[in-house]
Amino acid sequence: MIFNEEFETLPREALEALQLKRLQQVAGRVYHTVGFYKRVFDEAGITPDDIKTLDDIRRLPFTTKQDLRDNYPFGLFTVPMSNIVRLHASSGTTGKPTVVGYTRRDIEIWSRLMARSLVSAGLTKNDIIHNAYGYGLFTGGLGVHYGAEMLGASVIPMSSGSTKKQIMILQDFGPTAICCTPSYALHLAERGENMGVDMRSLRLRVGILGAEPWNEKIRQEIEDRLGITALDIYGLSEIMGPGVAMECAEGRNGLHVFEDHFIVETINPETGETVPYGEEGELVFTSLTKEAFPLIRYRTGDMSRLMKEPCKCGRTHVRMARVSGRSDDMLIIRGVNVFPSQIESVLRGIEGLEPHYELIVDREDKLDTLEIRVEMSEDIFSDEIKILQKIEQRITKDIKDYLGVIAKVKLVGSRTLERSEGKTQRVIDRREV
Amino acid sequence: MKVEQVSVFLENKPGGLEHVTRVLADADINIRALSLADTSDFGILRLIVNDMESAAKALQDEGFTVKRSHVVAVEIPDRPGGMHSISKVLTEKNINVEYAYAFVERSGENAIIIFRFDDIDAGIDALLENGFTVLPGEKVYRL
Repeated sequence: MIFNEEFETLPREALEALQLKRLQQVAGRVYHTVGFYKRVFDEAGITPDDIKTLDDIRRLPFTTKQDLRDNYPFGLFTVPMSNIVRLHASSGTTGKPTVVGYTRRDIEIWSRLMARSLVSAGLTKNDIIHNAYGYGLFTGGLGVHYGAEMLGASVIPMSSGSTKKQIMILQDFGPTAICCTPSYALHLAERGENMGVDMRSLRLRVGILGAEPWNEKIRQEIEDRLGITALDIYGLSEIMGPGVAMECAEGRNGLHVFEDHFIVETINPETGETVPYGEEGELVFTSLTKEAFPLIRYRTGDMSRLMKEPCKCGRTHVRMARVSGRSDDMLIIRGVNVFPSQIESVLRGIEGLEPHYELIVDREDKLDTLEIRVEMSEDIFSDEIKILQKIEQRITKDIKDYLGVIAKVKLVGSRTLERSEGKTQRVIDRREV
Repeated sequence: MKVEQVSVFLENKPGGLEHVTRVLADADINIRALSLADTSDFGILRLIVNDMESAAKALQDEGFTVKRSHVVAVEIPDRPGGMHSISKVLTEKNINVEYAYAFVERSGENAIIIFRFDDIDAGIDALLENGFTVLPGEKVYRL
């Protein structure tokens, strides 16, 4: 099923002509309204008028998470705050988040793209959607919510957490679709089974899962244990939120990027060179229709590959393979993006603490766990247990407050953690994916 | 009237305590009293030794995190009600005990209790005022 037949099946030629027109418009708009873009375009020796073909996008400079940070919070917005109706935020690389804004029209387009995603998964207005993505600054909850309402489906604004209550509602309200992270879907299956609930006999038939890496084996397990069809959704707040790309129920092989609103590229993360279709690279998105916060060639850090072959669902939009990993050290913990540098900056904010730490990411009952091992230092050591426990609690609280994840903090002996130049050795990820 | 104590941070894993005692043995340090406090993932070993300077240095050189602090040593007759006579005074004076550990003197007649008070000076005053024997550090180190 297709929500917007005309645009989702637009012949490539017409689609690319539309993309070029929209690219020229958005490039012109950011160049003339945002000081940052004027500067970086000028430095790259390009003006919006130089964009004659779609390939000319490669001459435009990339936008990075660092650029968003440098322009925190609203520096890259192209409209005055009076035109903005919503703000969301996601993890930055340090203590400060990345802020995104939406005009009324942005919200409407986002809702429509999310509705496309739901329809792509086989949902209609007759479905009841259990939305277990977090509501709040995170785009997941409200993004799915507005899409479900746009479609006319019945949405249960469940948000994350309270697993027992979720299972009760799954039994009593009879939702036919669930939106959450893959690991939470498995966690629900596990907890439900432990509670003696036959999770396969629920009315659920579709899972729209995303916000963290997974694989075919996990898909199989979710489908078996919940008795559903599990499909992959992709999005990121910087570009819009959920609904940037969605797997179709017919193809089940890659996610269609809604190309009438976004240009997707894959690049070599080291050189910035475009990699050919079919080869793995870092996903780079340009938002073509966003009013409040368009981004030009935004480097996502997500690794994937693009598939141009026609899909049996009839959509002409290019597909991206399920995200295989990150080009940087970002971790996804229960769907929350966490950079080790953010944890480091929290630790540096606690007096006396030396930022020698190690992160251990694991899974317990299908859910991610984060342990932070922090080295003891003379400055904070005490002969009293309660003082050391207070330090552990303080770190846990600060991490929760700044990053939104719950970490178990473990104080370890000084100079017991491996010293290394590279960052990667500070993270031990024991999860399967 | 204060006794110096050295505390060592220990991770809760096999061999942690052994490492500390080995370092002290190698440095020819005699342990006078000790207590090991622990939580689910770390421990604090508190020691009173014959030579505080050398003990702290030997441990630090081995990479241990150590802290020197002051505690109070009280000598009481080793008989029923001995400990209670102290806690009664502390309660009356509203002095909070952070932790305490005890051992019996070699002669067997007296017990020595090591206290860490929230307010160490007020604790010493209260004990002295009520006629308790507060041992000077020098005496405890040489026990």
